[in-house]
This record gives sequence, structure tokens and C-alpha cells, in this order.
Amino acid sequence: MTQYLLSVHGSDEDFAGTPEDEMQKIFAAVEAFNEKVRTEGAWVFAGGLLPADQATTVDNTGDKPIVTDGPYAESKEYLGGFWVIEAADLDAALKWAEEGSKACAGKVEVRPFAAE
Amino acid sequence: MSPEELTQPPSAIERIFREEYGRVVASLVRRFGDIDVAEDAASEALLVAFEKWPVDGTPPNPGAWLTTTAGNKAIDRIRRERHREAKHEAAHMMHDDTPHEPTGIVEDDRLRLIFTCCHPALAPEARVALTLRLLGGLTVPEIAQAFLVPETTMAQRITRAKAKIKGANIPYRLPEQADLAERLATVLAVLYLVYNEGYLASSGQAAVREELTGEAIRLVRILRSLLPEVPEVAGLLALMLLTESRRETREAGGELVPLHEQDRGGWDRALIKEGHELVRECLRRAQSTGQRPGRYQILAAINAVHTDAPTAAATDWSQIATLYDQLYAVDPSPIVALNRAIAVAELDGPEVGLAVVDGLPLTTYHAWHATRADLLRRLGRSADAREAYDAAIAATDNEAERAYLSRRRGSLAGG
Repeated sequence: MTQYLLSVHGSDEDFAGTPEDEMQKIFAAVEAFNEKVRTEGAWVFAGGLLPADQATTVDNTGDKPIVTDGPYAESKEYLGGFWVIEAADLDAALKWAEEGSKACAGKVEVRPFAAE
Repeated sequence: MSPEELTQPPSAIERIFREEYGRVVASLVRRFGDIDVAEDAASEALLVAFEKWPVDGTPPNPGAWLTTTAGNKAIDRIRRERHREAKHEAAHMMHDDTPHEPTGIVEDDRLRLIFTCCHPALAPEARVALTLRLLGGLTVPEIAQAFLVPETTMAQRITRAKAKIKGANIPYRLPEQADLAERLATVLAVLYLVYNEGYLASSGQAAVREELTGEAIRLVRILRSLLPEVPEVAGLLALMLLTESRRETREAGGELVPLHEQDRGGWDRALIKEGHELVRECLRRAQSTGQRPGRYQILAAINAVHTDAPTAAATDWSQIATLYDQLYAVDPSPIVALNRAIAVAELDGPEVGLAVVDGLPLTTYHAWHATRADLLRRLGRSADAREAYDAAIAATDNEAERAYLSRRRGSLAGG
């Protein structure tokens, strides 16, 4: 078994014009997907993140820690949420990503964790 | 021991090794679950073969000999590397000769491995390189030379792909039934790309190029022996054989010879016969199953019509136009439309053909300019034709094609 990070990247504008009932449908689809991941035993951890403007970056690689407001990378698109799953192989992980992408209406990046 | 075995040159051993490489490596990958272990063990087995075969003679089943020898080498290595660890896993591998789980289709290690090499999670150029390396047994320098990239670039590409297979846990198994057709299409696309790279190459060493077309045909033959019921596999094999049959005649004196000027007596009749039989088999299957033929079968059928005509003038263009219609339904690309227009020009005249060609968004494609040039020439519009030849010459890197186009351009009236 391998653990994979399924991450969802996007910008704040992605759902800016989406009506409330559409958003509710997406939330419901994600919840149903989460439930399926749990019942099939693939669940390790998952979560949605608040917007990147709420991020704080800490750099303690120098003499003293430097705290800055905002995300680490200057980018239009940020990590919005993720799942950590356990799957038999990449094919199985890609299947989960297909379903997850459909549910959350966003692109999903699949990345394996380093073996321990 | 016979005298010829005593003097057997290393190249003969190497040839056998290459022939058997895919089988040996695929079997070791299945058993040990690791491509690097499999490749290293196979190379070690080759060294043993160099030592033993000239003395003891080539074993009756060299593939089995290499697999067994390489398997022992791999176990030795695992023993060495894991001697401090709990022996559990290694011990398990050493005795794991249980048949693998049934897959519903044919069991073959090479088939599993080719699906791994052509996995959609790998970059397309990495799929091609890995397939040639692991299934075809080509060396990294050979693959680099064939694709005109520096050896270090090719080595990195292959190393990176192998690292992803390992790190991301890309499986060594047949895709699930639901995904099989789509995944098989990726495999066929890789093999077709390998073939075309050898056949259509714009430059590069001829010998290495021929090696690529030969290798593509060999791999499709293996695929066909493993999946005899899949029509697109038969179609791709037929397409390659019928294209290959004209290889010797498509260039003369450094100049490209177009189909209608080729010496048909120089075409390889054995390849044509085999190709035609495959096309007929595809037709029969399509009729009995009602399944519409895919693009390789249609392309093979088009090539069958061409190779069936005793002279260029005897070509059944209406059948070719119909086949391009079918192809356009499966693959509605402007390139297919261009080829269809060429058949239309033969049937309804160059003016009708030109009207279609002019409407296609292919202004950067040399064959579009070359087709226009030819149609304009036939319409007697020499000045326009000359311009189109110039554009075609500027758009291709292929020396033989430039030579041909330049000659055609020179033959225009008032030139």
C-alpha cells in the first residue's frame, strides 16, 4: 500500500460567480465522496483550507524567525484542500482522484508520499 | 560442442540477449517487483553468457537460461543487501513462484510490463523510451541516437520514469477490463510512434532508424500473439507491414519517391501478402461483430488498396475516399481531411481537390503546401504552384523530400 496526497489547487475566483445552491451541491458531493473513501478503508486524512490570504509564512532559516503575512509562493493558484489516502497502487489512487475531482469540481494532483 | 559454437562471436550472443531481453526483464520485474533489480540481474546474466556459451555452447532454450541465471543473480543481490534486515520479505520473494492472480485475459509478463511502460501517468516521450529499453532491449545510447537527443538526456528521461514507477507505485499488471481499451490505445500509440520515428525521420542515421521500425514491428507482433482477438492490434501490425513493404522504393538517389512514382516491382511481396491477410481478417471480424473498425484498421485498409493496385493509375480512388470518410468519422483531423482531398482530386479533378485543401487550417504543415503545389501544377497555374513549392520546401527538414520538391518546382513551365 502507498499513501498519496490528492491536492486541489485553485484561485479565489474559481467559484466567485457560483450560486449558493450550486455550492451546496458541491459540498454535498464532497461529503459523499469522503464517506465513500472512509467506508472503503482508503481514508487517512482530509481537509479544506481557508483562502490563502489567511496564510502566514514563517522563515527560521536565518538568525531569527521572520514572520510574514501571506502565502509562501507568489501565485494565482493555491492549495485549497486535500485528501491523504491509502491505495494499492497508482491506478487505484487515480480512480479516487477521478471521483474526487468530479465531486469538488476542481483539478486534483496525485502525489505519492515517500516510503518510510 | 560444434566448431561454430566455439567461434560464436559476441554479437550473436548479444542478438539473442536482445531478442530475449523483454521476456527476461518482464519475468524478473513480476517476481521481484523492481525494474532496476531486474535490469541489473539481466546484465549480470549476459556477462555469465559471454563466459559460458562460447565454451559450453548456446543452451537449447537461451531465454529460460537467461531468466534462471538472472533470477539467481537477483536473489544473490537481495541476500547481500538485506542480510542485516529481517529476512522475511526476501525469503518470501525467493519462494514466491505461485501463479499470479488470474486476469481474465492472456497471462504474459511482457504484456503487463508494456502497460506499465505506456502508463498514462508517464510523459509520452518517456513511454516510448521505456518501451524500447525494457521490452525491446535497446541500449540507452541507441535510443538516444534514434531520437536525436543527447545520451545524458535520454538516460535522465528513463531514470526519471523508472523512479516514478517505483515512487508512485505504478502497478505491473493488466488494466482492469473497464480501462483496457483506453490503455491499449496508449500502448498502440507508443508503438506507432516508434515505427514512425524510424520511418518518417527527418534526419539521423539510417541503420538506427531501420532498427526502430523493425523493433516496432517485433513488439506489435508480440502484442498480437498475446491479444490475437483485438482487431486494432491486427490493424496496426498490418499498417506497419504494408508501409514497410514499400521502404526500399521510397527513396532513390537521395530523393523522395512519391507513391505514384515508386517501382512497384521493388515492393516486398511477402510483407504485402501478410498485411493483406490481416486486413481481410479485420474486415471479417468487423462484419461478424458489427464493431466499427478503428483508425489503425482503416489506415491499414487504405494501404491495402494502394498495395493492391498493379500500377498507380489502377488505384481504386473511390474506395480510398470512402475509407478516408470512415477515418474522418473516427479521427476528424485536418490531416485526415487533407488526405481525403487528395483522393477526391483523383476522382473529381484537381480543382475540386484544391477547393477542399485551401479550406484546411494547415498552413504550417509541409504536406499541405506540397499537396497544393501539385494540384496547382496540374491546373497549369505555374506561378502559384512555384510559390507553394517554395513554402513546402521551407516547411520540411527532410533532405530527400526537399530534393524531390525542388525537382518538381524546377519542372514547372516558365521556371
